[in-house]
Amino acid sequence: MKNATQGDVVKKGVFGRLADFFDDRTGYRALMHDALYERVPGGARWRYVWGSTLVFAFMTQVITGLFLWASYSASAQTAWESVYYIQHEMAGGWLLRGIHHFMAQAMVVLLALHLLQVVIDGAYKAPREVNFWLGLILMMLVLGMALTGYLLPWDQKGYWATIVATNLAGIVPGIGPSLQQLVIGGSEYGHHTLTRFFALHAGFLPGALIVMLVVHLALFRKHGLHAKQPITKPDAMFWPDQVLRDAVAMLAVMAVVLGVILVPALKAMLAGEPVDVGHLGAELGAPADPSLPYAAARPEWYFLFLFQFLKVFEGWGATGEFLGAIVVPGLIMGVMFLMPIIGNWKLGHRFNVAFTLGIVAGAGLLTAMALNEDYYAVWVDKAALADAQKLYDETGGDEEKLAAALGGDKAKITAMEAKWEKLEKIRHSQAFLDASKQAKLDAARAIELAGRPEKIPPAGMLELVRTDAKSQGPRLFAQHCASCHAYVDPQAPEAASVLAKASAANLHGFGSAAWMRGLLDPDQVAGPAYFGNTAHKDGDMVNFVQNDLTDADTWKKDDIEAVIAAMAAEAGLPGAKPAEPAVAKGRELIASDERCGSCHRFRDNGADLGTACDLTGWGSRDWLVGIIVDPTHERFYGDTNDRMPSFGKADEGSLAPLTRAQIELIADWLRGEWYRP
Amino acid sequence: MAQQHRPVVHPADSRRGFLAKALSIITGGLATLAPVGAGVWAFLDPLRRTKAAASYLPVTELAAIPDDGVPRQFPVIADRVDAWTGFAAEPIGAVYLRRAKGSETVEALSATCPHAGCFVEMESTGKCFRCPCHNSEFTLDGGIVAPSPSPRPMDALECRVAKNGEVEVKWQKFRAGVADKVEQ
Ligand code: FES
Repeated sequence: MKNATQGDVVKKGVFGRLADFFDDRTGYRALMHDALYERVPGGARWRYVWGSTLVFAFMTQVITGLFLWASYSASAQTAWESVYYIQHEMAGGWLLRGIHHFMAQAMVVLLALHLLQVVIDGAYKAPREVNFWLGLILMMLVLGMALTGYLLPWDQKGYWATIVATNLAGIVPGIGPSLQQLVIGGSEYGHHTLTRFFALHAGFLPGALIVMLVVHLALFRKHGLHAKQPITKPDAMFWPDQVLRDAVAMLAVMAVVLGVILVPALKAMLAGEPVDVGHLGAELGAPADPSLPYAAARPEWYFLFLFQFLKVFEGWGATGEFLGAIVVPGLIMGVMFLMPIIGNWKLGHRFNVAFTLGIVAGAGLLTAMALNEDYYAVWVDKAALADAQKLYDETGGDEEKLAAALGGDKAKITAMEAKWEKLEKIRHSQAFLDASKQAKLDAARAIELAGRPEKIPPAGMLELVRTDAKSQGPRLFAQHCASCHAYVDPQAPEAASVLAKASAANLHGFGSAAWMRGLLDPDQVAGPAYFGNTAHKDGDMVNFVQNDLTDADTWKKDDIEAVIAAMAAEAGLPGAKPAEPAVAKGRELIASDERCGSCHRFRDNGADLGTACDLTGWGSRDWLVGIIVDPTHERFYGDTNDRMPSFGKADEGSLAPLTRAQIELIADWLRGEWYRP
Repeated sequence: MAQQHRPVVHPADSRRGFLAKALSIITGGLATLAPVGAGVWAFLDPLRRTKAAASYLPVTELAAIPDDGVPRQFPVIADRVDAWTGFAAEPIGAVYLRRAKGSETVEALSATCPHAGCFVEMESTGKCFRCPCHNSEFTLDGGIVAPSPSPRPMDALECRVAKNGEVEVKWQKFRAGVADKVEQ
C-alpha cells in the first residue's frame, strides 16, 4: 500500500503535486466542483443564458473601465481632453472606449431581457423573493452607472443631459435642492461634479453592485435554477452543458458590440476610403460649454422614454415634473418590488406579466414617439404640405387671415389647420436636426483643433474652441451682423433669396478679387449684394462705378483689373496671390488724385479723410477690426455711415456690444483665417 | 428533492462532455479576449512614445553669468507637451552655469542628482553642491566628494555661446544610479 502511494506521487509530476499542495490548503477542488457541477433540471437551455451574459457584460465593463481609468482625468479642464487623447491619440484607445460604451448599452438590453424572463417564468416567486429584490436593486445600480458615465467625457451632450437629470433630482420635495447640490459637488457644475460622478461611476456604484451581485449569485445557487416547467428532458450539469451555451451567448454579445464599432470601418474599406480609427466606436462631442445652447441635448436612447414621458406633463410646471420624473417611476418600481407578493394571489402572476409587458410596451411606444418627434422632418412628405406652407407664409400663420383666404370654408380650414400642425412638427424636428448637425460640426472642429501640433492649451479645450474663428465667427456673425448683412456664396442656388432679405452688403468673400470685381461691376454695385439695400444706393461710389468706370477711354479693362488686384493685395487673404505687376499699377491708380484718390485716402496720397473710406489696408484684419469697432470713424464712413452700429465703442458707463476679441474673431472668420490641419 | 434523482445527460467524463468543455473554454476565452486585448493595447501605448532628441536650448546671456567661477542656477525654459496639453515656454528643469575669470566659455552642470534624481542644491556657503536627499556632496565643478551615495560626478551638459551672446545648453537627462553617464 505504501509503495503504491509513493508510485502515485511520482506519476503525478510537478503540476499535479503543486495542485495537491494548494488543494490541501484551500480545498479549491471541492469549491470548483461545487461551483461547476450544479444540476440544471431538464437540461441546459438557451433561455437560461441572460444572467450569465449580464455577468459577462459587467466583467467587460470592469476590465475596460479599469484600463480607461488608467488614462482618464476627471476635471473640467482635463476630462474632455483626456478622453480625446484616449480616443484619438492612444493606440487602441478607440477600441477600448468603444467596447465600454457599447457594452454599457448592451447591458441595459440584457437587463431588460433578464427581467422579462424572470417575470414571465415566475422566477420571482417564493423562495426567490429576496433574490428578485436584489435583482431590481442591481438594475438600478446599472442604470445609475449608465447615467453617471454619460457625463464623464464632459462633452456637450453629457453635460446638458446631466444638467437636466440633476435638476430633476432637485425637484424632490424637501431634500431635493440639497440632494442636487451634493451630487454636483457644489452649486455650479465643474471639477467636483466630475470627481463625484467619477467616484460614483467607478467606485461606489460598482462596489455596491459587486456586493449585491455576489449575494444575488449565492442565493441563485442556494435556490437552484428556476427551471422552465414541465421538465421533459434529463437533467444536465451546469458545467459544461449550460456553460457552453452561456459562453456562446457571451461571444455573440461581444460580436454585436465589436460589430457596431467595426462595421463603419469595414464599409469605408470596401468603399476604398481611408479609415480614421479615432472616429470609430463611441462619439466624442464638442467640449462642454455652459455658454453655448445645445438644442440637440438628448439622454442616451434607453432613457429616451423617460424624457418623452416628462413631456406628457408639460404645462403642469414643477408638479408635473415631480409626477413624471419621480412619482410615476417610483410607483412603477414600487409595483415591481411588490411583484413577489402580488404573485401569491390567484391572478397575481398574470397581473405581473401584464404589468411588465405593459411597461416595456409603454417605454417602447414613448421611445418611438420621441424619435418620431425628433426625426419627423426626415420622413414626412414635405411636398404634400407645400400648399400649406405657402398659405402659412402668406398669412403669417394668422388664423383669421387663413379663414379669409379659404373663404370661410370650415372643412377646408380644419384640414389646413391639421397641415399647419404638421408644419409646426416639422419646424421642431428640423430645429433638432439642425442642432444635431451643428453639434457634429462643432465636435469635428474641436477634434481637429485638439490635434494641432501645439496641442491643447493648459486652460483646456474650451479656450481653444472659444478663440477659434472658424467655429465662433459664424455664431457671432449670426448674432450681431446677419440682421443686415448677408453672407452667402453668390453662386449658391439660395443666393438670390438670401440677398433679397439682406439690407447691407454680402460679406462672403470680402477682401477677395472676386468681391471687388463685383463692386466695380456697374450691374452689381447697386444690387443687393453691394449697396442696393443701403443708403449708399444713390451715393458717389455707385455713381462712379456706373458712370465713370464705364468710360472705356479713361478706365481700360486692364486698369480696372489692376485696381482689383491691388485691392486684393491690400486685404491679403490667406491663399490669395494677386499678380505683382498688376498690383503695382493698381496701387498707382488707386493713389492717383485723378482716379480713386480723388475721394479715397490710400497710403500717403494725401487725400482728405472723411469723404470716403481709407483704402489703405482695405480688407486686412486691422481694417476690418477698425470698421467693426467704429464705422463712423473718419477712416470709414464718417457721418455717412448707414445704420451700422459701432460694435467696439461703448457709451459712457456701459459696455460695448462686442469685445475686442469677439470683433477679431469676426474679422478672422470673414478673412478665412483659422487653423487648418 | 425529487428532481435530484433524475438521470443526468453525459456525465462529466464522457467524450461529448470533453468536447463541450473545450468549446466552452475557447468560446469564453474569445469573448474575454476583446476587452482584455483592447485594454492591454491601450495600456501599452506609452511604450510607443519616444522622447524627442536632445537639442540646444537658450538659457541666458553670457553677461548674466559673473566670471567668478561660482556656479549660478538658471531655469531651462522650453515648450513642453504633456500628453494632450501643450505648455509654451515653461521651466522644464534647471542647470548650473559658471565661467572662470575672463573666460568666454561656460561650463554647465545638470541640477539633477546622478544618485536618484533629486534636485542638487548649492550649499549656502557657496563652496560646494549638496543633494538634500541622501547628502551626496559635489565640488563646484561637479566632482564627487567621497564617500558619496552618488555613483558618479554631477552630469556636465554640452554648452555653447552663440554669436549674439546667448548661452545654449544641450538639455539631456542621464540614467540615475549607475556609474556611467548614459543618456536616458
Ligand atoms: S538623490 Fe541625490 S543623494 Fe540621493
